[in-house]
Amino acid sequence: MIARTLDDALAPISDGCVLAVPRESSGVAMAATRALIRRGIKRLTLIALPTSSLQADLLIGAGCVETLETSAVSLGEFGAAPRFTAAVLKGSIKMRDATCPALHAAFQASEKGVPFMPLRGLLGTDVLKNRPDWKVMDNPFGDDDPIVLLPAIRPDVALFHAPMADRDGNVWIGRQRELITMAHASERTIVTVEKLHDGNLLEDKTLAAGTLPGFYVETVAVVENGCWPLPLPEYYAWDVEHLKEYVKLAATDEGFAKYLDQYVYERRAA
Amino acid sequence: MNAAQPDFRDEELLAAVVADLIGDVRHVAVGNASPIPATASLLARARGNGRPYVSLLGSQKHTFWTDGGRELFDCAGQGRIDVFFLSGGEIDGQGNINLVSIGDPEKPTARFPGSFGSSYLYFVVPKVILFRTEHSKRTLVPKVSYISAPGGSDDNIHRTGGPIALITNRCLFSFDPDARRFQLESVHPGHTLAEVIVNTGFEFDRPLDVPVTPAPSVETLRLLRQVVAPELAEVYPQFAARVFGLKAAS
Repeated sequence: MIARTLDDALAPISDGCVLAVPRESSGVAMAATRALIRRGIKRLTLIALPTSSLQADLLIGAGCVETLETSAVSLGEFGAAPRFTAAVLKGSIKMRDATCPALHAAFQASEKGVPFMPLRGLLGTDVLKNRPDWKVMDNPFGDDDPIVLLPAIRPDVALFHAPMADRDGNVWIGRQRELITMAHASERTIVTVEKLHDGNLLEDKTLAAGTLPGFYVETVAVVENGCWPLPLPEYYAWDVEHLKEYVKLAATDEGFAKYLDQYVYERRAA
Repeated sequence: MNAAQPDFRDEELLAAVVADLIGDVRHVAVGNASPIPATASLLARARGNGRPYVSLLGSQKHTFWTDGGRELFDCAGQGRIDVFFLSGGEIDGQGNINLVSIGDPEKPTARFPGSFGSSYLYFVVPKVILFRTEHSKRTLVPKVSYISAPGGSDDNIHRTGGPIALITNRCLFSFDPDARRFQLESVHPGHTLAEVIVNTGFEFDRPLDVPVTPAPSVETLRLLRQVVAPELAEVYPQFAARVFGLKAAS
């Protein structure tokens, strides 16, 4: 349950894997992401719940992603995600553009074991027009009331970072409850954590409600500072200087290669 | 601006105008990359002694969510969010917004981050305020290249929300949902009607005399600088530093 090394924990993530990852305010497993790039992972279908930032940009830039499903990729205040933008313009990744609640709903369908979920909105958008896998039907309980149906999303692996786990594999996620939805919806869940908690999280009534039961968790690896340079909300903030440096370097192919050499392949901070 | 007016920054003017548009409501939500709407929402709350609730994406303090990212959308679907803000790489005269790309979506010539929640929230939030600080023919176009979210819908489409206004660095437009057209409401101090016309790619209605957007009051500026700015720095440290000269508290 508790992996010896980060690489051991990541072993189930193989080439061609459908990998689900969270938005940056929920705990993005960046050390694990760098480890996957070092391993040279290929042909990922990356699904962001519901958006991504540096994680998607790095994986795309390093050539690990075949298909990306997301509502957006952006570095927020630091600007556009340069490798994502370049890849879309070059046509080197296949895009499945979505909208945030559609991704939440499709994960919820999977967690309930139902084939689809209906969602309001979307009618008349080019988002819908470019998603042949989404259908429109008339609300069977209404009268001339078209509504969009989204197929369930069942990822092979969910990967995220959390503040702590116990030795039984229970993971404390606090308020970031989309991580629970993500784990429920995915076949396997791999989590990196800041530290191990002594005792059982589910036996502590103040912590139990914010805990993902180990039942859903394949492996946990302890990686201190595992979100760096992204934030782990309430624990540490963005590394602002690093993000600024990233944006500068990732603007060109050469600069991005230099970034990978310096911060990914050199095993720095991971 | 007359001599009796205190100096203010463009961002302060825009935030003050948006705070007035928010009006007296129960719940305002602010999405990604929206520092001016965030400033306006916190200003509305500072004026309203804690009303409206402000849900600021990315904030630990200004969010009450306990059910994950979906709670915002579930809340909106039920009609529990009164005001939201959207922008666009392109916005057209029918209120359509484009957050995805220009050209063939399979082979675009420009790519933006993505639609975020717009393709849903535009339909179910009663007052959506559009903001775009670059007011140019590049951003305000006759017809968007890709519809992330449409300004209006056919009568049989479930739609309880949509755009009410568009604010730019030059002016304020209101939106008429029946005509699906913008009307010029006021031009900001230091800008002109001629400049608005030249820089807008779509047709819009306008009154014979176009008013000047009122400058923020002394009290509004005090609230912005003393109450709002420190709260803003939690989520938008760079914006708070640039506009209000603040350092993030983390």
